[in-house]
Amino acid sequence: MAKRIDVSGLSAYYGAHKAIDDISMTVEPRSVTAFIGPSGCGKSTFLRTLNRMHEVTPGGRVEGKVMLDDENLYGSHVDPVAVRRTVGMVFQRPNPFPTMSIFDNVAAGLRLNGKYKKSQLSEIVERSLKGANLWNEVKDRLNKPGSGLSGGQQQRLCIARAIAVEPDVLLMDEPCSALDPISTLAIEDLIGELKERFTIVIVTHNMQQAARVSDRTAFFNLAAVGQPGKLIELDDTERIFSNPSVQATEDYISGRFG
Amino acid sequence: MSHNAIQDRPPVTTTTAVKHDPLRHARLPRWTPFAVAVGSITAAVGLGLAAGWHSRIQWGLVAATFFVLATYVITTKVEGSRQAKDRVATSLVWVCFILAVVPLLSLAWVTISKGLEVLDPYFLTHSMNGVLDAEAGGGVYHALLGTIEQVGIATLIAAPIGLLTAVYLVEYGGGKLSQAVTFFVDVMTGIPSIVAGLFILATWNLMLGFGPSGFAGAMALAILMMPVVVRSTEEMLKLVPNELREASLALGIPKWRTILKVVLPTAIGGITTGVMLAVARITGETAPVLLLVFGTKLINPNPFEGAQSSLPLYVYEQYAVGTDAAVARAWAAALVLIAFVMILNLVARGIARWKAPKTGR
Repeated sequence: MAKRIDVSGLSAYYGAHKAIDDISMTVEPRSVTAFIGPSGCGKSTFLRTLNRMHEVTPGGRVEGKVMLDDENLYGSHVDPVAVRRTVGMVFQRPNPFPTMSIFDNVAAGLRLNGKYKKSQLSEIVERSLKGANLWNEVKDRLNKPGSGLSGGQQQRLCIARAIAVEPDVLLMDEPCSALDPISTLAIEDLIGELKERFTIVIVTHNMQQAARVSDRTAFFNLAAVGQPGKLIELDDTERIFSNPSVQATEDYISGRFG
Repeated sequence: MSHNAIQDRPPVTTTTAVKHDPLRHARLPRWTPFAVAVGSITAAVGLGLAAGWHSRIQWGLVAATFFVLATYVITTKVEGSRQAKDRVATSLVWVCFILAVVPLLSLAWVTISKGLEVLDPYFLTHSMNGVLDAEAGGGVYHALLGTIEQVGIATLIAAPIGLLTAVYLVEYGGGKLSQAVTFFVDVMTGIPSIVAGLFILATWNLMLGFGPSGFAGAMALAILMMPVVVRSTEEMLKLVPNELREASLALGIPKWRTILKVVLPTAIGGITTGVMLAVARITGETAPVLLLVFGTKLINPNPFEGAQSSLPLYVYEQYAVGTDAAVARAWAAALVLIAFVMILNLVARGIARWKAPKTGR
């Protein structure tokens, strides 16, 4: 049930500070869109506006429209909790719930949202763990705490937890930055499989990663420190990495700055 | 000679290399601190005997000073000044540790040795009903029962209010109201227990006309307990990583369920310990109990009506009587009080360990 995201005129603030300025873009369903750009340019902030996590930060405020198919996420009667059930998120550092077992971690989103039968739950947990390529590694220790897994396994556990609630969109905020190359490869393969079912947006600092996993790439930049970040261009990944239309993108990608 | 300038080290002759090897130097043997300690204690005792000092505390302090000074001098001679500073810091830590532990151990020792004279099952299961002050016998049952009931009620009042206040301050606060609450919690921490007792006496007993009861005492104890619970719970909730809250919110879990199912379980070990420390603090309170619970020799199991007793109050009363039998009872009751708090603490630690986030594979 992947959905299209259509952002128009979106600005986000932290108190009086404007973090991103007037961003408009379209994210295609069943594809991977990568956000690249220097630190502080607002990639993560923009990502967090897509499931209304930005307003969780004290002082966080958003102007503009985010259309998910034909529903405005910032419409007047929209419940942010419902939005986050539709738009899931995976964070930079793996953050399994330390008090819960592997099983409970995956089931957390379902169990804390409503009533499920035990058999139903174990079916969904198995499906989600298989979907996150973790099932074979943990099927014998589902009752052990999730924090006992390795970093890469924990991150896949977090992905399983996010896809267990069957969102339409999956946002990933530098999901591999705390992982070694092998775990990174596992996550990247997983992203390739997940895009069959979800709309995926990934923030990354690793340009090879963006080139490897994404179909489309957006380059963000900021004029100077303290200035709001802007979307410079969004295009097919191949074009961005071979023949970008803006000079700044080419400078960034070829390592001339940033 | 720019070529020489970038060399790692200047070429050295073999004779100086052996003498000033930068990685090796003289070391004192491992048993040196023990030897220095024994030596300085012997010297201090000798000096004390020779000078005719009576105070053993004086001997101890002199020995400690000798120990630190001797460590410094010997290490400077053999190992050099950097190691000397290191060893002096280590020995200061040890000396302070011993100075802190000695009073604690002597307190425990005196209470246990004097308390065990009277403490037996009879003492724990009988009240002072019909026992004369000067006569031996009687027991602490009424006071133990009173303490358990009063502390229990105080905890039932203070723990939920304190917990919810802390949840408000950490999870929802940030405005003027939470600043005000924090300020008043700080002020409450400093309330002398007698003032809390007088407050309840003025409102509950004098204005509303209730008589002395365990419940009145429990309310005063709750006032004393609340800020401690708020403070410790607040610190524990702040330790819960924000990432966990965000992870939960991003799953579409409402904020209240996030707090209930993710934040509180993660912090429950520390919260339990904090509540238990607050319980330990109020268990030893005498002043409000004296004013509000009044004290009695009889067993009164009803905390809502009539005077009760409590352990600290019992100790105070028996000590005030002053006869040998009464003082012995006071020591035994003090031992019961310490044991009660100790058992509570052990239970709390057990719960904290049982509930703490697990890390095993």
